[in-house]
Amino acid sequence: MRKAIAVLALLILFVFLAMGAIEMRPFGEPEETEMDDYFLYDEEEGSQAHNHVNNVVTAVLFDYRGLDTLGEATILFAAVSGVLTVLRELKKEGGKDD
Amino acid sequence: MNWKMSRIVRTVTNFLIVPIIVFGIYLVLHGHLTPGGGFQGGAVIASSTALLIIAYGTLGEHEKDLSSVEALGLTLFILIALLGIGTTMFYNFLAGAGGVFGGTIPEGINPGYINTGGTIPLMNIFVGLEVTAALSLIIWMMSKETFVINSEKKEVKD
Repeated sequence: MRKAIAVLALLILFVFLAMGAIEMRPFGEPEETEMDDYFLYDEEEGSQAHNHVNNVVTAVLFDYRGLDTLGEATILFAAVSGVLTVLRELKKEGGKDD
Repeated sequence: MNWKMSRIVRTVTNFLIVPIIVFGIYLVLHGHLTPGGGFQGGAVIASSTALLIIAYGTLGEHEKDLSSVEALGLTLFILIALLGIGTTMFYNFLAGAGGVFGGTIPEGINPGYINTGGTIPLMNIFVGLEVTAALSLIIWMMSKETFVINSEKKEVKD
Protein backbone atom coordinates (compact mmCIF):
# COMPACT_ATOMS: atom_id res chain seq x y z
CA MET A 1 0.00 0.00 0.00
CA ARG A 2 2.71 2.46 0.93
CA LYS A 3 4.64 1.53 -2.19
CA ALA A 4 1.57 2.14 -4.35
CA ILE A 5 1.08 5.58 -2.83
CA ALA A 6 4.75 6.39 -3.34
CA VAL A 7 4.68 5.31 -6.98
CA LEU A 8 1.49 7.30 -7.57
CA ALA A 9 3.00 10.43 -6.01
CA LEU A 10 6.15 9.97 -8.06
CA LEU A 11 4.13 9.64 -11.26
CA ILE A 12 2.10 12.77 -10.56
CA LEU A 13 5.24 14.70 -9.77
CA PHE A 14 6.92 13.40 -12.90
CA VAL A 15 3.99 14.45 -15.06
CA PHE A 16 4.08 17.99 -13.71
CA LEU A 17 7.84 18.24 -14.10
CA ALA A 18 7.69 16.91 -17.65
CA MET A 19 4.97 19.42 -18.50
CA GLY A 20 7.17 22.19 -17.14
CA ALA A 21 10.18 20.95 -19.07
CA ILE A 22 8.23 20.74 -22.33
CA GLU A 23 6.85 24.24 -22.00
CA MET A 24 10.22 25.75 -21.09
CA ARG A 25 11.46 28.53 -23.29
CA PRO A 26 14.71 28.04 -25.25
CA PHE A 27 17.92 28.71 -23.41
CA GLY A 28 19.15 32.29 -23.61
CA GLU A 29 15.95 33.78 -24.98
CA PRO A 30 14.07 35.63 -22.26
CA GLU A 31 10.34 35.97 -22.78
CA GLU A 32 10.05 39.37 -21.15
CA THR A 33 12.68 42.07 -21.47
CA GLU A 34 10.80 45.01 -20.00
CA MET A 35 12.64 44.60 -16.70
CA ASP A 36 16.02 44.60 -18.43
CA ASP A 37 15.05 47.69 -20.37
CA TYR A 38 14.14 49.44 -17.14
CA PHE A 39 16.89 48.30 -14.80
CA LEU A 40 19.82 47.73 -17.16
CA TYR A 41 19.50 49.61 -20.42
CA ASP A 42 17.67 52.78 -19.39
CA GLU A 43 19.72 55.74 -20.52
CA GLU A 44 19.39 57.78 -17.37
CA GLU A 45 18.55 55.49 -14.48
CA GLY A 46 19.67 52.09 -15.74
CA SER A 47 22.58 50.51 -13.97
CA GLN A 48 24.70 50.35 -17.13
CA ALA A 49 24.55 54.09 -17.70
CA HIS A 50 24.31 55.10 -14.06
CA ASN A 51 26.81 52.82 -12.35
CA HIS A 52 28.66 51.18 -15.27
CA VAL A 53 27.81 47.76 -13.88
CA ASN A 54 26.21 44.84 -15.67
CA ASN A 55 25.06 43.17 -12.48
CA VAL A 56 22.06 45.02 -11.08
CA VAL A 57 22.02 42.96 -7.89
CA THR A 58 25.57 44.00 -7.06
CA ALA A 59 24.75 47.60 -7.86
CA VAL A 60 21.88 47.47 -5.40
CA LEU A 61 23.93 45.70 -2.73
CA PHE A 62 27.03 47.85 -2.82
CA ASP A 63 25.80 51.16 -4.13
CA TYR A 64 22.15 51.99 -3.64
CA ARG A 65 21.84 50.09 -0.38
CA GLY A 66 25.46 50.15 0.69
CA LEU A 67 24.48 51.04 4.22
CA ASP A 68 22.64 47.73 4.41
CA THR A 69 25.82 45.89 3.41
CA LEU A 70 27.75 47.86 6.00
CA GLY A 71 25.27 46.61 8.59
CA GLU A 72 25.75 43.02 7.46
CA ALA A 73 29.53 43.34 7.68
CA THR A 74 29.19 44.86 11.13
CA ILE A 75 26.98 42.00 12.24
CA LEU A 76 29.68 39.56 11.13
CA PHE A 77 32.27 41.57 13.03
CA ALA A 78 30.11 41.50 16.14
CA ALA A 79 29.62 37.74 15.79
CA VAL A 80 33.36 37.19 15.65
CA SER A 81 33.85 39.45 18.65
CA GLY A 82 31.33 37.37 20.56
CA VAL A 83 33.00 34.09 19.62
CA LEU A 84 36.42 35.46 20.59
CA THR A 85 35.01 36.66 23.90
CA VAL A 86 33.28 33.41 24.80
CA LEU A 87 36.13 31.13 23.73
CA ARG A 88 39.02 33.23 25.02
CA GLU A 89 41.81 31.64 26.97
CA LEU A 90 41.41 32.40 30.63
CA LYS A 91 44.53 32.92 32.68
CA LYS A 92 44.40 31.55 36.17
CA GLU A 93 45.64 33.96 38.82
CA GLY A 94 46.43 32.53 42.22
CA GLY A 95 44.32 29.49 41.58
CA LYS A 96 41.38 30.65 43.67
CA ASP A 97 38.99 31.72 40.94
CA ASP A 98 37.36 28.42 40.25
CA MET B 1 44.21 18.19 19.01
CA ASN B 2 46.79 15.83 17.75
CA TRP B 3 44.85 13.55 15.52
CA LYS B 4 44.81 13.73 11.75
CA MET B 5 42.70 12.07 9.17
CA SER B 6 44.17 9.40 6.96
CA ARG B 7 46.84 10.03 4.38
CA ILE B 8 44.29 9.66 1.58
CA VAL B 9 42.12 12.45 2.95
CA ARG B 10 45.10 14.69 3.51
CA THR B 11 46.42 14.14 -0.02
CA VAL B 12 43.03 14.86 -1.59
CA THR B 13 42.79 17.97 0.59
CA ASN B 14 46.14 19.16 -0.69
CA PHE B 15 44.86 18.86 -4.23
CA LEU B 16 41.41 20.34 -3.61
CA ILE B 17 42.51 23.35 -1.61
CA VAL B 18 43.85 25.19 -4.67
CA PRO B 19 40.70 25.02 -6.86
CA ILE B 20 38.52 25.97 -3.89
CA ILE B 21 40.56 29.09 -3.13
CA VAL B 22 40.83 30.02 -6.81
CA PHE B 23 37.08 29.67 -7.24
CA GLY B 24 36.49 31.87 -4.18
CA ILE B 25 38.83 34.55 -5.51
CA TYR B 26 37.08 34.36 -8.88
CA LEU B 27 33.69 34.86 -7.20
CA VAL B 28 35.00 37.90 -5.33
CA LEU B 29 36.74 39.54 -8.28
CA HIS B 30 33.86 38.97 -10.71
CA GLY B 31 31.20 40.11 -8.28
CA HIS B 32 30.15 42.99 -10.54
CA LEU B 33 29.86 40.80 -13.62
CA THR B 34 28.39 37.47 -12.58
CA PRO B 35 26.32 36.16 -9.70
CA GLY B 36 28.43 36.10 -6.59
CA GLY B 37 30.28 38.77 -4.71
CA GLY B 38 32.16 39.42 -1.54
CA PHE B 39 30.00 37.46 0.85
CA GLN B 40 29.67 34.34 -1.27
CA GLY B 41 33.31 34.29 -2.34
CA GLY B 42 34.48 34.85 1.21
CA ALA B 43 32.35 31.95 2.42
CA VAL B 44 33.84 29.71 -0.28
CA ILE B 45 37.39 30.64 0.74
CA ALA B 46 36.53 30.10 4.40
CA SER B 47 35.29 26.61 3.54
CA SER B 48 38.85 25.78 2.54
CA THR B 49 39.88 26.59 6.11
CA ALA B 50 37.26 24.18 7.37
CA LEU B 51 38.58 21.51 5.02
CA LEU B 52 42.14 22.02 6.26
CA ILE B 53 41.07 21.86 9.89
CA ILE B 54 39.04 18.70 9.33
CA ALA B 55 41.89 17.00 7.49
CA TYR B 56 44.80 18.09 9.63
CA GLY B 57 43.15 18.52 13.03
CA THR B 58 44.69 21.88 13.77
CA LEU B 59 46.21 24.83 12.03
CA GLY B 60 48.39 26.14 14.81
CA GLU B 61 48.10 29.14 17.05
CA HIS B 62 48.14 32.04 14.65
CA GLU B 63 44.42 32.73 14.59
CA LYS B 64 44.82 36.19 16.09
CA ASP B 65 46.37 37.39 12.82
CA LEU B 66 43.05 36.74 11.09
CA SER B 67 41.37 39.11 13.52
CA SER B 68 43.46 42.02 12.28
CA VAL B 69 42.77 41.02 8.66
CA GLU B 70 39.07 41.16 9.40
CA ALA B 71 39.31 44.56 11.05
CA LEU B 72 41.39 45.80 8.11
CA GLY B 73 38.76 44.68 5.61
CA LEU B 74 35.94 46.36 7.48
CA THR B 75 37.94 49.56 7.95
CA LEU B 76 38.83 49.79 4.27
CA PHE B 77 35.19 49.15 3.35
CA ILE B 78 34.03 52.04 5.53
CA LEU B 79 36.87 54.19 4.17
CA ILE B 80 35.78 53.61 0.56
CA ALA B 81 32.22 54.43 1.61
CA LEU B 82 33.33 57.65 3.25
CA LEU B 83 35.46 58.74 0.29
CA GLY B 84 32.30 59.59 -1.61
CA ILE B 85 30.92 61.70 1.22
CA GLY B 86 31.08 64.78 -1.01
CA THR B 87 27.80 63.68 -2.54
CA THR B 88 26.55 61.08 -0.14
CA MET B 89 27.89 58.09 1.72
CA PHE B 90 28.46 55.08 -0.56
CA TYR B 91 28.51 57.38 -3.60
CA ASN B 92 30.09 55.60 -6.54
CA PHE B 93 32.62 58.28 -7.36
CA LEU B 94 34.90 56.02 -9.42
CA ALA B 95 32.30 54.77 -11.91
CA GLY B 96 33.05 55.91 -15.42
CA ALA B 97 35.82 58.25 -14.27
CA GLY B 98 38.64 56.35 -15.94
CA GLY B 99 41.54 54.80 -14.13
CA VAL B 100 41.17 51.88 -11.75
CA PHE B 101 37.80 50.18 -12.23
CA GLY B 102 36.60 53.33 -13.99
CA GLY B 103 35.98 51.97 -17.46
CA THR B 104 32.70 52.47 -19.24
CA ILE B 105 30.64 49.65 -20.69
CA PRO B 106 28.77 49.80 -23.99
CA GLU B 107 25.01 49.95 -23.94
CA GLY B 108 23.17 46.71 -24.36
CA ILE B 109 24.28 43.11 -24.15
CA ASN B 110 28.01 42.77 -23.63
CA PRO B 111 30.35 40.05 -22.38
CA GLY B 112 31.31 41.98 -19.26
CA TYR B 113 34.49 43.92 -18.62
CA ILE B 114 36.37 43.59 -15.38
CA ASN B 115 37.66 47.17 -15.37
CA THR B 116 34.24 48.66 -14.72
CA GLY B 117 32.03 49.33 -11.76
CA GLY B 118 33.85 52.04 -9.84
CA THR B 119 33.87 51.39 -6.11
CA ILE B 120 31.75 48.24 -6.36
CA PRO B 121 34.62 45.80 -7.15
CA LEU B 122 36.77 47.44 -4.47
CA MET B 123 34.01 47.00 -1.90
CA ASN B 124 33.59 43.40 -3.06
CA ILE B 125 37.27 42.75 -2.44
CA PHE B 126 37.21 44.28 1.02
CA VAL B 127 34.00 42.54 2.04
CA GLY B 128 35.47 39.28 0.72
CA LEU B 129 38.56 39.84 2.85
CA GLU B 130 36.44 40.48 5.92
CA VAL B 131 34.09 37.53 5.42
CA THR B 132 37.00 35.18 4.73
CA ALA B 133 38.79 36.21 7.88
CA ALA B 134 35.65 36.23 10.03
CA LEU B 135 34.31 32.81 9.06
CA SER B 136 37.77 31.24 9.15
CA LEU B 137 38.33 32.71 12.58
CA ILE B 138 35.05 31.32 13.93
CA ILE B 139 35.80 27.84 12.56
CA TRP B 140 39.37 28.00 13.84
CA MET B 141 38.43 29.11 17.34
CA MET B 142 35.74 26.46 17.66
CA SER B 143 38.11 23.74 16.52
CA LYS B 144 40.57 24.39 19.33
CA GLU B 145 40.13 22.26 22.37
CA THR B 146 41.97 24.37 24.90
CA PHE B 147 38.84 26.39 25.47
CA VAL B 148 36.68 23.49 26.50
CA ILE B 149 38.74 22.94 29.59
CA ASN B 150 38.44 26.20 31.36
CA SER B 151 41.70 27.63 32.52
CA GLU B 152 44.08 24.83 33.29
CA LYS B 153 46.32 23.64 30.52
CA LYS B 154 45.36 20.12 29.69
CA GLU B 155 48.18 17.76 28.98
CA VAL B 156 47.35 15.93 25.83
CA LYS B 157 48.11 12.27 26.14
CA ASP B 158 48.51 10.56 22.87
